[in-house]
Amino acid sequence: MSPETLPALLSPVPDEDGAPFWEYAARGELRVQACSDCGEPRFPPRPCCPHCRSFAGQWRRMSGKGRIWSYVVPHPPLLPAYAAHAPYNVILVELAEAPRIRLVGNLVAGPGAPLDSVPPERVRIGARVEAVFGGDGLPRWVLERS
Amino acid sequence: MAGFKDATAVVGIGQTDFAKRLPESEKALACRAVLAALDDAGIAPGEVDALASYTMEETDEVEVAKALGLGDLTFFSKVGYGGGGSCATVAHLAAAVATGQATVGVAWRSRKRGSGPRPWKNTAVQLPTPAQWTRPFGLLRPVDEIGMLARRYMHQYGASRDHLFNVALACRNRANQNPAAIMYERPLTRDMYMSSRWISEPLCLFDNCLETDGALACVVVSRERARDCRQRPVYVHAAAQGLPAQHHGMVNYWNDDPLTGPAWTAARHLWKHADLAPDDVDVAQIYDAFTPLILLSLEGYGFCGRGEGGAFTEGGALETGGRLPVNTGGGGLSEAYVHGFNLINEGVKQLRGTSTAQVPGASTCLVTAGEGVPTSALLLRN
Ligand SMILES: [Zn+2]
Repeated sequence: MSPETLPALLSPVPDEDGAPFWEYAARGELRVQACSDCGEPRFPPRPCCPHCRSFAGQWRRMSGKGRIWSYVVPHPPLLPAYAAHAPYNVILVELAEAPRIRLVGNLVAGPGAPLDSVPPERVRIGARVEAVFGGDGLPRWVLERS
Repeated sequence: MAGFKDATAVVGIGQTDFAKRLPESEKALACRAVLAALDDAGIAPGEVDALASYTMEETDEVEVAKALGLGDLTFFSKVGYGGGGSCATVAHLAAAVATGQATVGVAWRSRKRGSGPRPWKNTAVQLPTPAQWTRPFGLLRPVDEIGMLARRYMHQYGASRDHLFNVALACRNRANQNPAAIMYERPLTRDMYMSSRWISEPLCLFDNCLETDGALACVVVSRERARDCRQRPVYVHAAAQGLPAQHHGMVNYWNDDPLTGPAWTAARHLWKHADLAPDDVDVAQIYDAFTPLILLSLEGYGFCGRGEGGAFTEGGALETGGRLPVNTGGGGLSEAYVHGFNLINEGVKQLRGTSTAQVPGASTCLVTAGEGVPTSALLLRN
């Protein structure tokens, strides 16, 4: 299939709390919600800080560095857009600055590269990764060059 | 909670056939299962005054009540989070009966998952919160979410695919003894398991539960009333729900240790309010939508230590005659996947002494609901 005929991947359907994450991501920034009063980062976004119950929040810019906590390699039956790339990887990345915040993503060969652009055998737990942004505004990840 | 312990009993169980495809509607199947359970108990439909089911149950209380000619209902309840709700339906009825809110309660679950649509394919429903964080990246199905935990668990504790196979095999072996099971005449071998297709690596076809059409129900009454029923009472000794602090939904990747889920929370409450400990459990029915859930639950409910769930399965421990026989009807992996309700009824059969894979002298049974999601559990005894 040529890229034009590939069915589209799902886009996030943000709620009010999550919308800023996706707006920043569309500008190529990885930001995480944090409490304006006690400073604790939290994810997924929500209106109130579970540590100090403050409703004042901010969006803190992250370095975009992290490590792979785990991963899976889905095979069909899948939605058609994803089946077209299967088997592909889905990784869970622990952020360097906030290890309890783990973002679901994909390990790709570079910005804009497809979900299956890194062979599954190259994915491993503990690998250092870095966020990249392609045309779709979703954060994806590449292996950090050491 | 002194008023809860052994104050109520399951006195009737019922089920429809299990199959990949059944011709009747979910509503009709629900009605058949409820009637079968009442008949088993020897209780007239007009005496039912309480109902409980899952929020994912498509047939509402009003439909069951009017189709079957039930009496005035004074208690009804639905529990959320899919397969996490199974045991809680019985727990809610037991609490209602123990506190005088009702006298005869029926819990049920009817599902056409074999011939019906897969929930994860409905992206309009699935995509908003919390799925905005997972689905766009291709983490689409429950198996993908659990596969993520399974990979980490295997990495962290050295559990292997052979351990997962031990779980699948124990369930299949019991199904091979159960004529009602979908996998009754279909043995599983290690070679079949190891060479089967991947669904979400590290999980293969046989790590997944069956897509099933079917319905089940059970009847809960007071200890006193139970003495007049047809069957030997199976007492609800303890029950618990578990929704841990800062939990998320299907799984929680956002805490210190995602490998300790709602089972740990439910277990703490369950054992605190029981006269029994894990060592006293003769047989267990452990929610098995996916094989790794059994390893995590064995740890969560205290049958072994952290990281020891894989090793626990070695040497036939989960088989009949083993240290802890599990899922003696075949479970969700090999009997039927009806959101775990078959595990409740199988627990009752064990304590009646009527299981197709009877554990000799079984007098205590743990039944659990889905791990990963907000969950529930029952400790049954006779
Ligand atoms: Zn705060």
